Amino acid sequence: MNASSKKRWRALIVDDEELARHIIRELLQPHSEIEVAAECANGFEAVKACAEHKPDLIFLDVQMPKLTGFDVLELIGEGVSVVFVTAYDQYAMRAFEVHAVDYLLKPIGKQRFEEALERAKSRLGEKMPSAQKLADSARPPQQFLERVVVKEGTRVTLIPITKLDYVEAQDDYVALASQGKKHLKQQTIASLEACLDPNCFVRIHRSYIVNLERVARIEPYGKDSRLAILSDGARLPVSRTGYARLQTLLDERK
Amino acid sequence: MHPLFKRGRFSLYLLAWVPLVVTSIYSLATRGTLSWWKASVIVVPVFLFYAVLCVFAWYPCRATPLDRVSFIRLLLTHLTAAVFFSFVWTRASDAYAYAILSPQELVGLTRQFLPQVNAIFTVGVLLYLLSVAFHYVLIAMEDSRQAEARAAEARVLARDAELKALKAQINPHFLFNSLNSISALTSIDASRARDMCVLLGEFLRLTLGLGQKTVVRFSEELDLLQKYLTIEKIRFGERLRTQETIQEETKACLLPPLLLQPLMENAIRHGIASLPEGGEVRLTAERQNGRLEILVENSWDPDAPPRRSSGLGLKNVQQRLEARYGKEALLRIMAEGELFQVSLSIPIESEDRV
Repeated sequence: MNASSKKRWRALIVDDEELARHIIRELLQPHSEIEVAAECANGFEAVKACAEHKPDLIFLDVQMPKLTGFDVLELIGEGVSVVFVTAYDQYAMRAFEVHAVDYLLKPIGKQRFEEALERAKSRLGEKMPSAQKLADSARPPQQFLERVVVKEGTRVTLIPITKLDYVEAQDDYVALASQGKKHLKQQTIASLEACLDPNCFVRIHRSYIVNLERVARIEPYGKDSRLAILSDGARLPVSRTGYARLQTLLDERK
Repeated sequence: MHPLFKRGRFSLYLLAWVPLVVTSIYSLATRGTLSWWKASVIVVPVFLFYAVLCVFAWYPCRATPLDRVSFIRLLLTHLTAAVFFSFVWTRASDAYAYAILSPQELVGLTRQFLPQVNAIFTVGVLLYLLSVAFHYVLIAMEDSRQAEARAAEARVLARDAELKALKAQINPHFLFNSLNSISALTSIDASRARDMCVLLGEFLRLTLGLGQKTVVRFSEELDLLQKYLTIEKIRFGERLRTQETIQEETKACLLPPLLLQPLMENAIRHGIASLPEGGEVRLTAERQNGRLEILVENSWDPDAPPRRSSGLGLKNVQQRLEARYGKEALLRIMAEGELFQVSLSIPIESEDRV
């Protein structure tokens, strides 16, 4: 016997349906090397349980209340082997194929389950594809981000896109301004920009994206640049190209 | 397009003329002064010409369909055409003979045929009328073929519509999740697993059955709904709670099938499923001022991640209502805070009035 077969694996089962969790628990039963550390009925519980139990393996349902499977993956970070579970979601399935992520289809068959389990074990410690990329390719075409999920410490905040005032780039992070508060999230401003509806959000500056609804007025500032004054009083720099973008969008709206 | 020019029919048609041509050549060559060769040179083009001319009988035939014009008009049309065609044919044949034959041969031919000029004209008329009969048969054949094709097309279209309605009705999510629940129940509680199989079977059968009707009683819709809710309650467990207030008088109302269940499905998929603790779906149905008023209310999470194909079921309902009632039906969707409401109002049709 080699060392790895003696190792015990900790697993999480995340699904909002009790019966669905039961099947996975049952399929795991013959595998004495795997210990089910916790079962979670929603994404918040999953994120909490991840911090608490540090699992090696997660069976993660894609469609759940509050946080989707993709959100959970984004929040739990790397170092966990994830097997997604879904009933019927063409876009998610395509995303899994594209990124070579393991997934199970409901109803879950034993053979398929064993295969996925073996693969997940052999992949342990490998990096999962970025949750953001996965979620992006699982989004149906022409559909933009509806909300942003942020985790600060152990707190998870959901920011509906309509309540997002502006975004400011800060090195590898973006600061999301919403209702007078700023939330930090590890993401580049360019990748966030790509997920936002270009008819509502404008990149007005190398470091700023603004929600068009919030712009109260534009004031000249210095020789070649301007300032955008938001309805809550915030002042954001507007570059020349940013101003041009803003103008075309405002013209279209008239 | 002329039906004779399809699928090699024209050569068959020409073949039918061959016996006539052979007989004519024979009688010309043996009884008259012409050589076999000259007889053929005269006869073949003359009949070929008439064969082609008779093809045009299709146009008067098509202009006077047998079942739609009077007998008198039919007779007049075709007799006039027959006389005209035969006249053209005999004149043209005459001219052709003059052009081809030597005076000597012509004299012989004239001597032979002069007493029979009227007979030949009559043959021309008869041949044309024969062609008319032939064309009517051809038209009837084409018509029945087209009718068959149309009927087949209509069947395909109807089936298509049915399948589309069904596809919109039975959402793959529901089906796969239910199967997964059954799979789980087999080891927990085998008899409940069987119950759920039966329920799912009944739900599918009812959906298929109702989908084929144009109107159903509201009570039938409620039956289908019960099956659906029982299945979903097994899936969601205590997260799904329902409350129904159905006025007894509504049950006999008639409405297009499969309207109620999509409303409920919408409430569950986009409402209850978005709440970790679940919630309640309330169904109210009552008769009011000659209208059937249906209200579906559910709690939901306004900030929930959007589910795929959201609102597709409601859109389908809206389209079908519009198709049937025009502006007489109202479908209103309201979202207020954590309450989501869909109300449906349609003019009442009950069986005693239909």
